[in-house]
Amino acid sequence: MRLPPRFVNTLVALLLDLVALGTVGILVVIVCVIVVKGIAYIDLNFLFTYPEDMGRHGGVFPSLIGTIFLVALSICFATPLGLGTAIYLTEYTKETMMTKTIRFGVESLAGIPSILYGLFGFIFFVIKLKMGWSLISGALTLTIMILPTIIRTSEEAIKAVPRSLRIVSHSLGATLWETTLKVVLPCAAPGILTGIMLSIGRAVGETAAVIFTMGSSLRLPTSLFDSGRTLAVHFYILAREGISMEKAYATALVLVVSILAVNILAYYIMHKVIAKYS
Amino acid sequence: MQTCALSTRQLNLWYGLFHALKNVDFCVYANAITALIGPSGCGKSTLLRCFNRMNDLIDDVIIKGSIHVEGRDLSTIDIIELRRSVGMVFQRPNPFPFSIYDNLVYGLQTHGIAKKCYPDIVERCLRAVDLWDDLKDRLHKPALELSEEMKQRLCIARVLTIEPRIILLDEPCSALDPIATMKIEELMIELKERYTILIVTHNMQQAARVSDYTGFMLLGELVEFGETSRIFTSPSDERTEGYITGRFG
Repeated sequence: MRLPPRFVNTLVALLLDLVALGTVGILVVIVCVIVVKGIAYIDLNFLFTYPEDMGRHGGVFPSLIGTIFLVALSICFATPLGLGTAIYLTEYTKETMMTKTIRFGVESLAGIPSILYGLFGFIFFVIKLKMGWSLISGALTLTIMILPTIIRTSEEAIKAVPRSLRIVSHSLGATLWETTLKVVLPCAAPGILTGIMLSIGRAVGETAAVIFTMGSSLRLPTSLFDSGRTLAVHFYILAREGISMEKAYATALVLVVSILAVNILAYYIMHKVIAKYS
Repeated sequence: MQTCALSTRQLNLWYGLFHALKNVDFCVYANAITALIGPSGCGKSTLLRCFNRMNDLIDDVIIKGSIHVEGRDLSTIDIIELRRSVGMVFQRPNPFPFSIYDNLVYGLQTHGIAKKCYPDIVERCLRAVDLWDDLKDRLHKPALELSEEMKQRLCIARVLTIEPRIILLDEPCSALDPIATMKIEELMIELKERYTILIVTHNMQQAARVSDYTGFMLLGELVEFGETSRIFTSPSDERTEGYITGRFG
């Protein structure tokens, strides 16, 4: 029996509505739970005071600062490396065994579970290079972890820039580097920014790799070699060890709101860039 | 006898195994418009692109024979200097996705021209392509918002900013409607006072309307070259005659 096409069409449209609604629904439920359970325990004090009694009382100030430092550092390391690799792969070399190998490596790197990055970071940065559990060990580990995302998204963004623009730039006497810097990168900026945002999201939410390399000290990290605890790790420990579910939800809320803030900021910057270049 | 601004001698070019230009002896006279006509794939764009070394951007290109630009051997000219003296306008209007102003100063930045000269050069070049009155109040608007014809004019203005002496036009009107085409053609005739122009065109009427000299190419050979009026009225090669009268092509 053949179903009438009109009926199938309506059915598919309905199903797709449901699917989309379901996806958004899950997100809304998660955020609502966190907000409802956490909002009562959040105030400025919570953000700007030190935790007491393992986090049972007090605030999350050191974790907030630790998270910002860690993520900022790893983005600062990963962006030039990743963007540089992407530029090399797209503009400065032809498709060879070498580039294929690099691409394969990048893809493999993207598929590794974060706990393995943690283990590697622990063995290499913490022990071998004697950096100890520290901000720098954590940042370097996260750098390796987010590198594949930045490389892949930047590469796609750069490839999407029309070849004709590169050609006309050369025809006006520009060198390869001038063309890359003044034409290709500005045109690819929104895509590159998206990759950086995705990476920030991953880094902010990471726990496994961070516990192994940055540790979970509740002190405020004041140097690159201080240990520290990010919000995500703090949340994990509060909940996992049953220290305080109230504080755990409050921490989660701070985490969610800060990711949202970063995304909104990025969206804003992206619109500025797009407005300038299109 | 006029001087050749561009010339080739026994020029051969291969894309990999494909022999795209065969023993081409060609000359583009200074301060005149020379048109290259011929069916698709005959090598006319390839020949055009030899003169500012745009073929360098393609892999597997082998070039044999000599090319001279303003009497100098191409291989002795620095590529950046070459591209400054031999400008190019492409088939599809291709402004950068920047503002109109930024498009026009791109080449100036590349060649290290003093910033204080920018406004004058921008005005002069926009006037040369008859866009100044339309655009003077919206120089900082995105170039991609312009109509196709204005974009192509902008691209011509952009190439004029770096003050080339020779301009290569690669089917500059093929993406434009007839009225826009007519305007660009008028512009070309104005420009030939001060520039040497080599244009590749699909459109034989266009070659007949604007050019002083015409070369007919077929399968990588320059079949015939001479004054446009002679090529279109009494071609000496029967293949040229066949193409012009529409027997093939």
